[in-house]
Amino acid sequence: MGAPSPYLPGLATIMKIEEQTAMEKLFVVRPNDGKPLGHKPGQFVEVSVFGVGECPISVSSAPNKKADFEMCVRRAGNVTNALHNLKVGDVIGIRGPYGTHFPVEDLKGKDLLFVAGGLGIVPLRSFINYALERRKDYGRIIVLFGARTPADRLFKAEIASLARRPDLEYLETVDVGDASWKGNVGVITTLFPKFTIDPKKTYAIMVGPPVMYRFAIAAAKAKGLADDHIIVSLERKMKCGLGKCGHCQMGPVYVCQEGPVFNFAAIKNLEEALS
Amino acid sequence: MSLAIIEKEGLHLFVAELLRQKNTVVGVKDQSAVSSIPGDSGFYTYAPINSPGEMTLSFDVTLIPPKKYLLPAYEQLLTFNLSPGSIKADAPKEELIIFGVHPYDIIAINQMDKVFSAVPQDNHYLERRKRTTIIGIDSVKVAPRAFWSSMGADTVAGGFDLMLTDIGQCYVVDVGSKKGASLLKMAPRTREAAPAEVKERDKVRAEARKRCDANRLSFSYLELPSLLDGNEEHVIWEEKSHLCFSCGTCNLVCPTCYCFDVRDDVSIDLKKGSRNRTWDGCLLSDFARVAGGGNFRGHRADRYRHRFYRKGQFIYRRFGDIACVGCGRCSAQCPSDIADPVAVFNRLKEGI
Ligand SMILES: Cc1cc2nc3c(=O)[nH]c(=O)nc-3n(C[C@H](O)[C@H](O)[C@H](O)COP(=O)(O)OP(=O)(O)OC[C@H]3O[C@@H](n4cnc5c(N)ncnc54)[C@H](O)[C@@H]3O)c2cc1C
Ligand code: SF4
Ligand code: SF4
Ligand code: FES
Repeated sequence: MGAPSPYLPGLATIMKIEEQTAMEKLFVVRPNDGKPLGHKPGQFVEVSVFGVGECPISVSSAPNKKADFEMCVRRAGNVTNALHNLKVGDVIGIRGPYGTHFPVEDLKGKDLLFVAGGLGIVPLRSFINYALERRKDYGRIIVLFGARTPADRLFKAEIASLARRPDLEYLETVDVGDASWKGNVGVITTLFPKFTIDPKKTYAIMVGPPVMYRFAIAAAKAKGLADDHIIVSLERKMKCGLGKCGHCQMGPVYVCQEGPVFNFAAIKNLEEALS
Repeated sequence: MSLAIIEKEGLHLFVAELLRQKNTVVGVKDQSAVSSIPGDSGFYTYAPINSPGEMTLSFDVTLIPPKKYLLPAYEQLLTFNLSPGSIKADAPKEELIIFGVHPYDIIAINQMDKVFSAVPQDNHYLERRKRTTIIGIDSVKVAPRAFWSSMGADTVAGGFDLMLTDIGQCYVVDVGSKKGASLLKMAPRTREAAPAEVKERDKVRAEARKRCDANRLSFSYLELPSLLDGNEEHVIWEEKSHLCFSCGTCNLVCPTCYCFDVRDDVSIDLKKGSRNRTWDGCLLSDFARVAGGGNFRGHRADRYRHRFYRKGQFIYRRFGDIACVGCGRCSAQCPSDIADPVAVFNRLKEGI
């Protein structure tokens, strides 16, 4: 073919695998061409396991001069299960990065309220670490983290060290506790009464399961946040990541192109977006 | 450029010459002749031909649109070794002449061209498109469910290499591209069209349009995007979709439907594999289903509605085209007869 195929992935090697929970593994991946992805926080890649297929996965590490990047994958179906069965040294395919990113530039000087439900911490981690590497560029940083049970919490060690930082406010909860859990029990919105914000300066950045948004958005608005101070990242079925296959459509919007990161004000009236 | 004339008997020689030059020619075949089903009224289909006599230019509509040659139902995109090391993109190699494409189907192809050339470009499609010559033929026979005359699709200004109009004793030929002009040189005894013949072409077109007007939208199709605004909760979506089998036929037969799935297939010795795209349809229940069982369009009524919005509004907002060309294939093929855009859109217009 004269022109290159947009479906042709680059080869990449798995450098490290870390088990996070029974369901999630963290992969450190190095593109074989040695070039960094050039992603921004919030973007995703299409990951191939050859012979099984492709699926969209967020880049979880902050942008970096090094080629290595991280992704955290929950085993959920064909491709993700196959990824979980791979070993260090195995080769996978990577296309991307694709999609919109968190507005890391526009948010400079603002207070950041991160709302992470479950796997939502994976893309948010890229922005949180990006902001912490440029701590002076941002105002307050508040991180709310909700998981189903204590055993489902991702990045436990990393988050414990976040929680100890004096320049970051960290609040967490689980839907269902266990014998060892001393912290908050309840859905993520039960954390909202525990802090105050300056709604003019604050932007909420939320990523979580579909059910989370309605409640978390209501809680953020109850704290005085305007619609355009709420940023969400939405999930849809994806096959191409190129705006062609039609699977990620949310009404007229292609989530792989205009998303996954959206300003809530832009999509609040869109049929199919948050219903 | 002025219009040309090919005599009726010259057309067979033209097609024969195209075939003799080792071109792959796809034409419309009348399948009623080969049907073994008693009482089957038959249908028309695009297929490669070996001789001019196998194809017809007087058909009403084909079962499947010519999109099957530009976006094949199963298309290999990549090939790779399972122990990775090499992976490469596949490219189509064959040149194709599609002989006999109605204006509405050409308009649909023009729309697909826009979609697949939008950045990021889909070079698999574009490569195939580049290798395809389109010889159009104005619709004279009108399919019972067609309504192209009210979708601005009775004639087409571009997107073809040659466009023929059957005016009885001969064909008037419009040349749409350089490729078309050089192909026409292979046709025997062509000449310039006389003014009377050009007038005759207008008459033939006007008569066909009039026959097609028997089944029409009650308003201008350009009003569709605004008509759909605010009708998201109309009772019609629930009401009609009760009869929907979620079979996806309406997507399959539609010349402007191009959604696809991508899957890997592996050779029997588990050494090599390929990545392939296959047609998909937004009416199928799994279209928006994700791992873990969540489904972003899990209700039949939402899927049913999505298709009409995509035709009448979504594609327009994105690419500036109304994505229904009025071929009537969906209405004719839907097992429940609920897919007809005329019926749905006219009802929304009536406001009941
Ligand atoms: C922008 C974006 C970012 C994501 N980031 C992550 C992440 O960082 N970590 C993670 O574990 N998961 C992430 N997901 C979800 C992940 O894509 C799905 O779990 C995955 O596609 C399931 O694929 P599968 O082949 O294992 O499942 P199957 O059920 O076998 O799915 C078959 C195919 O359907 C599509 N598909 C199925 N589920 C989804 C889904 N939820 N979203 C999109 N496409 C789907 C994929 O193309 C997939 O290959 C993300 C999804 C999106 C849209
Ligand atoms: S929606 Fe129906 S009538 Fe319109 S172009 Fe598609 S198949 Fe033809
Ligand atoms: S063809 Fe008819 S029954 Fe089948 S999916 Fe389309 S609307 Fe439903
Ligand atoms: S994933 Fe294919 S169009 Fe968005």
